[in-house]
Amino acid sequence: MASADEIRAGLASILEEVADVNVADVTDDKSFTDDLDVDSLSMVEVAMAAEEKFGVKIPDDELPKLKTVGDAVSYIQSNA
Amino acid sequence: MALKSAPAAAATRILGLGHYRPSNVITNHDLIARGVDTDDDWIRSRVGISERRWADPDETVVDMAEAAGSKALAAAGVAATDIDLVIVASCTMPTPVPAAAPQLASRLGIPAPGAFDVNSGCSGFVYALNVASAAVLTGQARNVLVVASERFSGWLDFSDRGTCIILGDAAGAAVVGRSDVVGLGPVVWGSDGDQFDTVAIDEGSRLFRQEGQAVYRWATSQMAPVALEACRRAGVEPRDLAAFIPHQANLRIIDSIAKRLGAPEVIVARDIVTSGNTSAATIPLALSRMVERGEIPSGAPVLLLGFGSGLAYAAQVVLAP
Repeated sequence: MASADEIRAGLASILEEVADVNVADVTDDKSFTDDLDVDSLSMVEVAMAAEEKFGVKIPDDELPKLKTVGDAVSYIQSNA
Repeated sequence: MALKSAPAAAATRILGLGHYRPSNVITNHDLIARGVDTDDDWIRSRVGISERRWADPDETVVDMAEAAGSKALAAAGVAATDIDLVIVASCTMPTPVPAAAPQLASRLGIPAPGAFDVNSGCSGFVYALNVASAAVLTGQARNVLVVASERFSGWLDFSDRGTCIILGDAAGAAVVGRSDVVGLGPVVWGSDGDQFDTVAIDEGSRLFRQEGQAVYRWATSQMAPVALEACRRAGVEPRDLAAFIPHQANLRIIDSIAKRLGAPEVIVARDIVTSGNTSAATIPLALSRMVERGEIPSGAPVLLLGFGSGLAYAAQVVLAP
């Protein structure tokens, strides 16, 4: 089971790859849309990469609920 | 008893191509001027479109099909009287009946051919191409005119900036006939009807709507294997393709699928930049324009990949005319 720190670091590297996000900007309080400029289609790519990396299922109807990095970290932690 | 069959043909190929784009250019700024809440940089960087074409108010699906179809007949050097079957791929006719194909045939002076429409959304052209090929192979037709024509400008929801910026109007056409060599490889086609509701013209509003995230996930995860399987069945290595022409849905989907072909040197159609997404018409439109510009040599293998509403898909390798 990955720790919150490991999940956050994993998400950061996915975000860097998919949406050119600076790794240092990936903190729990950051909003994907407003702070990191990750649009709805990039969120799908992030979700697909996270599914593969963490062995978790993130359906499209969950995506709107994952507003911040912290939301995604806790979703992955409780569903992996 | 056994019935007689028609004399079969050895092989088929595309004999000629044609396309038509309406003259009315709609830039991203034009959409903003019409009140769509969006911006030029966002559309260019996130969707890849700088402009699209819209038909004039009185310009129909059949009008555009006629323009593209007549060019394909001329390019193929096939007389109207030698066409035995006309197939139109479209999902944007103004009403469900009548079909476009009989009227199109009549306009082009094709005397009493078999004529019908195919509706498989954005993959319709590749489906129609294979019905055409089967008809020629089994001796049911000498030559077939296949035209994809779409007029999305009549079905746009201007309050949905995710879709109204993408769609455009255009037509593309091909003549399919007999050949000494196999010019139409085996098709890989299929569908996922569980997702029937993700791309639709809404029954209530009569406007186009799409669940962008679901379609994006499906296309970027499922379509590259389909494209690779079409290459395998045709006996063509992806690196030996002259071009890859995926449905022009969104430049990010195109780039994602193209990357997974593992053949970075192959030219990838990017017609969406100046034509938008014209559903079934994108593939013949892009192919015809690339051939016209001399980007694809005659006889070279080209991979076509249609996917969209249904959800349905169809991929195949064809030889350029």
